[in-house]
Amino acid sequence: MRYAMAIDTKKCVGCGDCVVACQTENNVPHGYCRDWIVESVDGTYPSLSLEFRSERCNHCDNSPCVRCCPTGASHKAEGGIVLVTHHKCIGCGACIQSCPYDARYPHPEGYVDKCTFCIHRVEKGQNPACVDVCPTHCLYFGDLDDPNSDVSLALKDRKWKVLAPEAGTKPQLYFLT
Amino acid sequence: MKEELFVSGRDIPNIDPYLNIWHWQIPLYLFLGGLAAGILFFAGFYTVRGKADKMQATVKWAPLLAPIALVLGLGALFWDLKHKLFFWQLYTTVRLDSPMSWGAWTLMIITPISLIWVASYMKEMFPWWDWKFDFLNKAEAWVIKNRVGIAWVMMVYAVILGVYTGILLSAFNARPLWNTSILGPLFLVSGFSTGLAATILLSKDPKERKRLSQIDLIFIVIELFLIVHLFMGFLAGSQTAIEAAHLFLGGPFTVTFWVFVVMLGLVFPAVLETLELLGFHVPKWLPAVLILFGGLMFRFIMVEAGQITRYLY
Amino acid sequence: MKTRRDFIKISAVGTGATVLGLSAFGAKKFKWFEPKIEGPVSDEDLTPYATYCEVCFWKCGAWAYVDKQGRIRKIVGNQNDPHCNGRLCPRGTGGVGMYYDEDRLKTPLIREKKADGSQEFREASWEEALDLVASKMKEVKEKYGPEAFGLFNHGNPGGHLEHLMRAYGSESNAEPAFANCRGPRSSAYFATFGAYIGSPECTDIRDTGCLVLIGSHLGENMHNSQVQEMSQAIDNGATIITVDPRFSTAAAHSTHWLPIKPATDIALLMAWIHVLIYENLYNKAFVDQYTFGLDHLKEHVKNMTPEWAYGITDIKPDVIRKTARAMAGAAPAVVIHPGRHVVWYGDDTQRERAMAILTALLGAWGKRGGLYIPEGVSVPKYPQPHYPEPEWTWKDINEGKYPLATMGITTELLKASVPRLNYKHQVKAWFVGGTNLPLAMPDKKLFKEAAEAVEFIAVMDTMPMEITGYADVILPEATYLERYDFIRSSPNRVPNIAVHVPAAEPKYDSKPGWWIAKQIGERLGLHDYFNYDDFSEVVDWQLKQLGTSLEEMKKIGVKEYPRKSGPLYLGDGEEFKFNTSTGKVELYSVDFADEGFEAMPVYKAHPEPPQNFYRLIYGRAPMHTFSRTSNNPNLWDLMSENAVWVNPKVADLWALKKDQEVWLKNQDGAVTSFPVKVRVTERIRWDSVYMVHGFGHSDKKLSRAYGRGASDEELITNIAVDPIMGGTGMRGNFITFLKDNPATEVKEDKA
Repeated sequence: MRYAMAIDTKKCVGCGDCVVACQTENNVPHGYCRDWIVESVDGTYPSLSLEFRSERCNHCDNSPCVRCCPTGASHKAEGGIVLVTHHKCIGCGACIQSCPYDARYPHPEGYVDKCTFCIHRVEKGQNPACVDVCPTHCLYFGDLDDPNSDVSLALKDRKWKVLAPEAGTKPQLYFLT
Repeated sequence: MKEELFVSGRDIPNIDPYLNIWHWQIPLYLFLGGLAAGILFFAGFYTVRGKADKMQATVKWAPLLAPIALVLGLGALFWDLKHKLFFWQLYTTVRLDSPMSWGAWTLMIITPISLIWVASYMKEMFPWWDWKFDFLNKAEAWVIKNRVGIAWVMMVYAVILGVYTGILLSAFNARPLWNTSILGPLFLVSGFSTGLAATILLSKDPKERKRLSQIDLIFIVIELFLIVHLFMGFLAGSQTAIEAAHLFLGGPFTVTFWVFVVMLGLVFPAVLETLELLGFHVPKWLPAVLILFGGLMFRFIMVEAGQITRYLY
Repeated sequence: MKTRRDFIKISAVGTGATVLGLSAFGAKKFKWFEPKIEGPVSDEDLTPYATYCEVCFWKCGAWAYVDKQGRIRKIVGNQNDPHCNGRLCPRGTGGVGMYYDEDRLKTPLIREKKADGSQEFREASWEEALDLVASKMKEVKEKYGPEAFGLFNHGNPGGHLEHLMRAYGSESNAEPAFANCRGPRSSAYFATFGAYIGSPECTDIRDTGCLVLIGSHLGENMHNSQVQEMSQAIDNGATIITVDPRFSTAAAHSTHWLPIKPATDIALLMAWIHVLIYENLYNKAFVDQYTFGLDHLKEHVKNMTPEWAYGITDIKPDVIRKTARAMAGAAPAVVIHPGRHVVWYGDDTQRERAMAILTALLGAWGKRGGLYIPEGVSVPKYPQPHYPEPEWTWKDINEGKYPLATMGITTELLKASVPRLNYKHQVKAWFVGGTNLPLAMPDKKLFKEAAEAVEFIAVMDTMPMEITGYADVILPEATYLERYDFIRSSPNRVPNIAVHVPAAEPKYDSKPGWWIAKQIGERLGLHDYFNYDDFSEVVDWQLKQLGTSLEEMKKIGVKEYPRKSGPLYLGDGEEFKFNTSTGKVELYSVDFADEGFEAMPVYKAHPEPPQNFYRLIYGRAPMHTFSRTSNNPNLWDLMSENAVWVNPKVADLWALKKDQEVWLKNQDGAVTSFPVKVRVTERIRWDSVYMVHGFGHSDKKLSRAYGRGASDEELITNIAVDPIMGGTGMRGNFITFLKDNPATEVKEDKA
């Protein structure tokens, strides 16, 4: 099993709903966020291109954060979801330094926090909160090993890219272009 | 024009607009760790070589600083932890992939060794010293008997500690400035150089000082060579590595790095030491203090600048 | 000289109730190893309460999830609601912030004048505040008649006040939603098709083959189901044509982006009409059967060729032809989106007419993928006596101007409040509910003069807004999550209703709008109009008439009903009589001709920016609703201020850097109260700047939003009034940059 997410940059309008939904679902404190949106504009008026990307932890296959964690707080759960066990985390910041996506942050409680792919929902067969809320239906989640999962189907006929592939982390967030 | 911005208002403390999660504690700790590594290495080295008598400051007095530096360094590390009450989790597991884990365990071993080392010289240094308990005196006797063996262990761990201070940073692939294998040897050499400088400051024996200065000069030359190599490597690397190098080649860290670290911290003390070796009169504390200052600056700059370098946005 | 009603910026004295905010989420546990901020709670441990969102006017059906401690944890869309299909927009999801906002109005406040002439708000009991409002209403009624008590309203809160005012005898009401927003499209589509577009708009984007957006930035205006349908259209491979001087989000997702020169849209529309007619691309069957005036139109657009339009619009003739053919190719499954905020240049009704005509030529009215025929549920009125007949209403305020206005015009209501302007029917007092006039209305000077002239202002709101600063009495309203309210029955593809059930007790000392209206009504002896103890009785009674009950609706939130008016689309060749003078779709408008207006749209040139000035274009961000959400903690996290978008060429010319703070000054010398950050971006033309509307709050009690960004409304002093329906065209304002703080200048201006 390999959980992954695909984000359709051709449909995303950058509204930020995924960010608020994550905040209320996971009780993320104000001023922090586990996901965010990047707007990328290229070209010269009027020959322009624009891309919105809803970004979060890439739940990398080759996850530097898990490797560099001195206590094992950062670990991989079933399906390759990268998680942090709060009571094992000492807040040393190594995983934050190790993440090429800046997807982790120190929670005001001290431990390091990040996207969990809403594992508490996924375990119950639901989608992550961001996926279920997206008004443009531009987020797809599921098991890559299952050819009929939403994410597999989304990736099937589309071109996609991942972020910072040169970092060698084998990210599991796929941006449909 | 290429424009990339967060439209969901990301502004997380210490993460945005650029990473600043490690403050003064980490570079201070890296400096103190390197310093202790240098001191302990040469204490061990001259003990193994059987020259403990000729190198009194190196073997006896300077190691007094090592446990102090290590404990202060550990204190800085602890200060930096954001979830402090859980620090003991470090010692519930050994994680070979994690430089932090390596460091935690190395310190766990080398700090007591350095204390034992110092303890074994307490009576020699302070004749009025008394261990009070018989079993302590017995232990002392055993240590003194096995000094050479302990010196070997200490040397090995000093090298691990010295290299580790660099590897801690270089293991972070996500920060292009740190992500180079040169950082390990560079920090080791720099740490040894600062250790030598501290020892020179303490030494009252001109012969010992001369010997140490000679070694220090070699280390400075190696360090300069490694720095040149570091930038050659960056400039021949990927776009992100080139951008990282440009922080020091025209970017915001150019002056601090080349003036304070390279000129004042390496080249100038090297010149002074050479002059001294050639018989000119130079204030004996000056090159040593400059080297210590340069070493400290170097670590502050590397930690600060490294956090700015990144792959995205 | 001190004005009679100072705008009170300083926080009210001793506003009680301590700050609670979201920190209340994490009940403090003083255990060392236990986290103080709780993690996620699974849905089984939460209780859903049916509601519909009121953060904007789309009113999406939703569930408010409440945990075992009674705290609202999250709001999620109702799967069965056609407004949202189970997915709220960021504002809906962030609606919790409206409830938790610690800056909310907490108790009734009454303006107090001190001996030294200074003014401030003091806390008052509900009893005292309601007595005061009722006594003022009585006073106005005795002195001037009830008609002189005007009402500015919007949404549900405004609805309760409207009921109160009607019972009291006044119909002098207006809402910015008409003359400052979508009025021109109502008048234009009514003149053409004898029908309104409605809200949600009856655009069948879901099944369209071609979506045409004229300056409509769908996706940035987060009209939920429409944005969802646009996404579906993208998936379906529909052609999207976006006409916008700015590279909007919609433009970025479009097949064709036409970067038009601002203020020239009518020329483009007429050229499209020309191509459709002269290339014989129009839908002959539809036009022959249902429309009136093709010959007139053909003659009218004879010379309005793409080449003619190119000189005006900057859009190349082949692009105009190509896009016209794309529309014709997809017809009748074409949506010419009528837009929503359409008051731009004062000829907006005519521009909307051109869009309606284009729709007709493509045969896209009442067709799948075009405009569908909406149907709503008619909710029976709770038994009450007839409203008294006022001697004059908002219609009479207009004094014969704007004959085709279908609702009150806010600017006219303001003018009627200024004795200097000598209106026949004068307004002496205001009630304001659910609208923040100072940031919603152009022409601040007029607003201020009017606000200073009237004898009494009562404001009902949930937040301390700029408008509350002008009030004599402030009535803190409970948010939508804390009250029963009207049944939602907006027309849609399938008729449906949604209910509103409180998910929590009103926070602080706030009260539901219906309660406030009723309490005032009782004091005025209008009990018969408020013959219930709790509004849930009204809702339950109405639901029972509709064959359901409050009990059932609490469980389902939204209920659909079968259509009664016939199918969603017109059948081929089906007989249909349009509600117009000719009974046909009027390509040539008989009503307009009768009233002395042009029967078919004509392009007229509008003023262009003088040297060193740039056209001010404003719009919306998907995470905010006008100025009302700027302080919402969740949404503030997403976007805390606006920026002024400047083309890199202009930035070079002015040496402006990214994030540099500038003040903006318009052609009349009006300057923004606060600086705004520069965003250097290729997404805007070099002759224009762009700002998101709703920022630059000047009320210090909005602890987050105060002073963040700038208000575009302050720069809109030149208003092009639409002679047909009184719309206030606001896009004819030009700004320049001030790099230094013009504070002194501003003070002079205010004195």
